[in-house]
Order: sequence, then structure tokens, then C-alpha cells
Amino acid sequence: MALLQLSEPGQSEAPHQHRLAVGIDLGTTNSLVATVRNGMAVCLNDLDGKAMLPSVVRYQADGSVVVGREAALALTRDPRNTIASVKRFMGRGLKDVTHIESTPYDFVDAPGMVKLRTVQGPKSPVEVSAEILKVLKVRGEASLGGELTGAVITVPAYFDDAQRQATKDAASLAGLNVLRLLNEPTAAAIAYGLDNAAEGVYAVYDLGGGTFDISILRLTKGVFEVLATNGDAALGGDDFDHRLFCWSLDRAQIEPPSAVDVRRLLGKAREAKELLSHTEEALLSCQLDSGEAVSLTVSRQVFADITANLVRKTLAPMRKALRDAGLKPDEVKGVVMVGGATRMPHVQRAVAEFFGQEPLTNLDPDKVVALGAAKQANALAGNRSADEDWLLLDVIPLSLGLETMGGLAEKVIPRNATIPVARAQEFTTYKDGQTAMAFHVVQGERELVSDCRSLARFELRGIPPMVAGAARIRVTFQVDADGLLSVSAREMSSGVEASVTVKPSYGLSDDEIATMLRSGIDHAGDDMSARSLREQQVEANRLVEATRQALADDPELLQAEERAGVEALVRTLEALAAGDDLAAIKRGVTALNKGTETFASRRMDKSIRSALTGQNIDQLEV
Amino acid sequence: MSIDLQKDYFALFGLPRAFRIDREALERSYLGLQQQVHPDRHAHLPEADKRRALQWATRVNEAFQALRRPLTRARYLLELAEVDAALETNTAMSPEFLMEQMEWREAVGEASEAGDMDELDALHRRLRAQAAGIEETLAAQLDDAHDHAAAAETVRRLMFLDKLDQEIEDALAALES
Repeated sequence: MALLQLSEPGQSEAPHQHRLAVGIDLGTTNSLVATVRNGMAVCLNDLDGKAMLPSVVRYQADGSVVVGREAALALTRDPRNTIASVKRFMGRGLKDVTHIESTPYDFVDAPGMVKLRTVQGPKSPVEVSAEILKVLKVRGEASLGGELTGAVITVPAYFDDAQRQATKDAASLAGLNVLRLLNEPTAAAIAYGLDNAAEGVYAVYDLGGGTFDISILRLTKGVFEVLATNGDAALGGDDFDHRLFCWSLDRAQIEPPSAVDVRRLLGKAREAKELLSHTEEALLSCQLDSGEAVSLTVSRQVFADITANLVRKTLAPMRKALRDAGLKPDEVKGVVMVGGATRMPHVQRAVAEFFGQEPLTNLDPDKVVALGAAKQANALAGNRSADEDWLLLDVIPLSLGLETMGGLAEKVIPRNATIPVARAQEFTTYKDGQTAMAFHVVQGERELVSDCRSLARFELRGIPPMVAGAARIRVTFQVDADGLLSVSAREMSSGVEASVTVKPSYGLSDDEIATMLRSGIDHAGDDMSARSLREQQVEANRLVEATRQALADDPELLQAEERAGVEALVRTLEALAAGDDLAAIKRGVTALNKGTETFASRRMDKSIRSALTGQNIDQLEV
Repeated sequence: MSIDLQKDYFALFGLPRAFRIDREALERSYLGLQQQVHPDRHAHLPEADKRRALQWATRVNEAFQALRRPLTRARYLLELAEVDAALETNTAMSPEFLMEQMEWREAVGEASEAGDMDELDALHRRLRAQAAGIEETLAAQLDDAHDHAAAAETVRRLMFLDKLDQEIEDALAALES
């Protein structure tokens, strides 16, 4: 298999083989998978030649799962077991879900995140999303002809930590190696900017099926620097359908219909909305199970009027993002439109008016996110060619903080901080002899903790007893390049060290994820241990390959005996990976990871030195 | 073998240790460093490389944030000079300065209660102009006179203004939603 053709140790010019990587746009309404082929980003089509996979999952009574267009056909027939727009429920509790009354689902309120009761039992939005991702993974592998090295999955820029973590878990559940979570507007900017060699400040207005993002980016010499982002994680095209649906109920004087009729009428509302992007008038007609019929003509003007406040809801985030970026609307050089909902003429008009210029629509708003994600996946997998020397600097959308006295939230990392970022804050004990301290991690801009999203609660125990105020407890927030937070706390003043690290979660424990993984595999008739072994082998081979690449790139950084040591570990792991002793492969991976620590540290020093040298040369030339 | 750039942000960016800063050089150097250390550049490498990339990119961001704003840059210079500026505890300011602060606060309060965004914008501009003047003083104290005690006093004044700036920003943001 081409994937595993490795260069021999000692061979300095390692042929950089092409690693198979994809970008996935996991959308509210539709999902896509794309890759870079011969230097061009392309969407991968299904067997019918269609790129878009409707984000609809149907759980059937016989235990099978159907995804996409076939599932969408059952939306009105089997509304409870056919799940659409599941992205709206990712990392969300029951109270956070908007228009819950017009969804046909049987919700189970679980701590942190809702579940949906189906004929196959309660399903978490993470599991439902994983079904969509599995289909795209299979499509990617079939199309590229091999196992994927990894995938970049896009998320709305305004997704909070719980929603991001849920997305990453869904990808793991689908068996994908997540190279990066990438913000959707940033993905669009990559696709757009790299194709147009753009420079200057750009705004990306991304109105999808269920989410709205606005990002302000500065593009300079291949660096995409996000200056500010804002949005509404519960506003999208679905809300326009819903408004039209309510209007039609009101006009036709019908009582709130059954779940089946809701689906039917919502579907008709969506069709009418889409038609109105091309025509002045659309007919909304629907025969309901109740015996009642709806037959209404909607004009563009009426539709614009009844949805004007939805469009207006996107203006405040735009103003806030600009203010955070320290810019005025006329300082924006171009506005990129992303998401199917930006096809609505009155949305385009509002954006044009706000920025005083016509927005750019030359890339397909449905595909641009997946295409950008594919470019990023290609670069992250190590397939970057010399002329692709670009870099992405993204931000966190919402401030992260801790609860303090009186239920107030104290910000630790402000919104729009460039990631990766870390901040530490010190606290002390307030009682004599206090040995434990509780922390509550929250995300949001509001002052009251109750108005922010609760991400995690944890306790630091084992603080040595001291007088009040003597302990020094340092709490460190680290946000990685995926925008995911981990928090650690440590007592600093004593020799005794108490420390704890938490990954905020939304109620799914590692055990639960393991259970999901197992049950998913039982279905496939596969064997759990075989799968674990396979995954460990892939991981081991990835590490072997990455280490050889590093040895080939920077041979001068190791003494002969050091190099021999690393090479021995590489050969050992390679031999182990060809066998089937799971525990031994794991040990080999750990050993090689540990054995390359020093090498990694020298490689980083070399990189930094080269950056500094470059800088000095620049100065000399001035 | 490891470079000791941990201690000094200025050295990290290859810049002279001074309050007056070449912003373009700072930005160029920042982007150049991120090109090398950012986790996206190391995503295909072993865990050890990825962990180091995360640490370094975090460090570079922290350094850039500290040097890019005048207030944090001045505080950092005082820290390097090991001057205890007692920034959090010493709030003894001249009565004139405190009186002026009260007037500012009143003006901001009134404008935000009246929902007068134009007035808030005007106050914002005036405040920034005043801050620019204080920064000139700081530059002279830190770079020319090397009078750290005087600079610490000026930094404390700048902190008041920074807080006001934040209050105006918050008031404007609140009016927009």
C-alpha cells in the first residue's frame, strides 16, 4: 500500500509520500467531504455524483442506520427516528434548544447534553453526528483508495467548548483521526484567499442552516490572522423556514399540527424559501394528515418582512466583531458570503448595506468551507508543497473564566485571544487548615455565572493545612489549536504538590464513549479487540513514519549514537506493529515518543533560530 | 543546546529592550516565529514535537500580547528591571488626578445611561489622546531617563485610563446588543 512506503533509515532525501487527508464540513443541513488532488481542492461525490450529503440520520427498527438522502425521504414518514439538524443539539442541554416545540423528537434530558429517544434506544447527538461522519469517511477512503491519515473537521467559529468537544468526540467515534477542528469562516477564507491571492482585511459572513458566524481576518503574505469573531450559535436558515412555517399556520388558521404535519409543512416552507431566492413569488401548498390544507402565495417582500428581525439579529454580532477588531465597516476590503442561507436576496442586501459594498459570491457558498478544510488537512498531514507556505492564526470566540464570590464570572482568557493561549491565575485559601478548593469553569461574556455556560466543576484536594491566605493555588487555563480548553490547578507554596487537570465535558464520560464505540462495533459485526489492534497499528505506523521524516529533515541535530538509539526504537516499533501484540505495540509507541523528546526539543530550537535569523536579515536589508 | 529565550520577550522577537518599539518589526517577527512554531506546522510529527509546538506557540502569543500594548509593555519592562511597582496595592494618586478620574467616570456613566453612542465615541477618542500623552512621558522615563520609580507612578496612571477605556468599550458593546 502506497501509504506505508517508507524511506530507508539514513536516506536523507526522503520521498515525501502523499498522505491521504480530507476536510469535512459537518453542517446542520448538509455535510461534505473534500480533498486536495493534484494541488486542487475538490469535493468528493457519492456514487450518484452528488457532493452534498443531507445531514439526516434514520434509525430503523431492524437495527440498521440510514444516512443522507434516503434518510431524508423518511423525514415526514418516520419523524421520531429520523433526525435532522442534529448539529443544533451538539453539546446542548434541553433548555438551550430553540423551537423545541416544533421538533418532532422525544428528548431525554441528560446532564449537559440532550439525547433523542429512537427505536434503537436513546441516542446522543454525538452518536448521530458520528453516523454522518462514518459515511463521509467511507466515501473519502473509497475515493482516495486507502486509509485516511486524518481529517480536518469544521465547526462554527462561535461554537463554545462543549460544542467543540462534542464534535471531536463524534469524529473519534466515527474512527477519524482529527488533525484539527477548524472554524468554518476561517476555512472559507482559506479557500477564498488562496485562490485569489488576496491581501488586506476581509469579513466572512457565514449563515448556515443553524449557525451564524462573522469573522474578521487580516490576510498578509500567506498569514490568515483572525482579528475577531462573533456570531450566534443558534441562528440559521432553519429559523427562516420556521418563521415561514409559523406565518403559514397563522394565515391558514390551523392549530399546531402533529409531528408528521410539522415536518411536512416545514419541508414545504423550506422549498418556498429556496424558490424565493430565484423568483418573486412562491406557492406554499400542503395537504395535512389532519385533513386540513394549506395553500398560500408568498411574495419575496412578505418573506423579507416576516424574517427581517432574523437578518437584523446578524447585525449586532457584525458590529461587535468590528469593534473588537478595532475597525470600521469601510476598512473591510471584501466580504465573503458562506452558507446556503446567504443566497437569500434580502440577506445579501443587508450585508451589502452594512459594509457599503457588494459581497463576494464567486465561490459556491455550500462548498467553500469543505474546500478550505481540505487545504488545511493537506497541509497538516504534511503534504504541503513549497509554494504553500501559509499559516492560520485563529482565536477563541468566547471568554473563559472562573466563578468567584457572589456568583460572578471572572475572565481568565478574554474572547478573541489568539490560540494556542494559556493564562494562569492565583487563588488562596480563606479558612485556616483548608485542604480542598472547588473551581467552576465557565464560558461567556456575561457577568453572572448563571448567564454563562458551565463547562466544568472540579476540586483540588490535598492542600497542606495552612493559615488562611497562605496557600498559593495557581489555576492554569490552556486552550490548544483546536480551541479546546484544559484546566489545571496546583498548590505552589508547599513542597507537597496537589494537582488536577480537567477536560471540560458535557456529561459524556470516557466510559460512555467506550460503550458507544463498542456497541457501534457490535453492530458492524466487527470485533472490538481487532479494531483496537488495527487502530494501534495505524498509530504506530504513523509515528514510525513521522520519526523517519524528522530524522531525514534534521539529521545534523543528533550525535551518531543518539541517532542509532532513535533508529533502534523505530525499527523495534515497526517490527511490533507488524505483529498482533496490542500491549507490546503500545509500549513501543510510548518508548519511541519518550526517546524522541530531546530530538523534538532541538528541532524546535532550530526552527526558532531560523525564524530569528530571517528576522535579522530582514532588518539588515532595510 | 536549548535557547534561553524564556526570560526575555524582547530577545525572543529580536528587538532592543525598550519602551519605544518598532511595531512593524514586532509584527513581522511575531508572524515569522509563528510560521516556525505553530502546532499546524508540526501536526504530522510525533507527540513530543506537537507538545513542544503547543508550548512554544503559546509562549510566542503571550510575548506578543505583552509587547504589543503600551501598558503591558511598560509593566513588563518594570518587571524585567525588578522594580516592584506595587501596581495592585498602591493606589495613592494625586488629588487632581483622582478628581479628573471621577469626572471621566461621571461623563461615561451619563452617556451610557442616555444611550448616547456618539458621546461615548467622543469620550473614547479623548481618552485615547490623553493616554497617548502619558505614553510619551513613559517613553522618556523608561528609555531616556531610566527613572523606574517615576515610570511606575506613570504606569499606575495609565492603568486608570485603561480601566476607563474598558468601561467605555463595554458600554458601547452593551448598547449594540
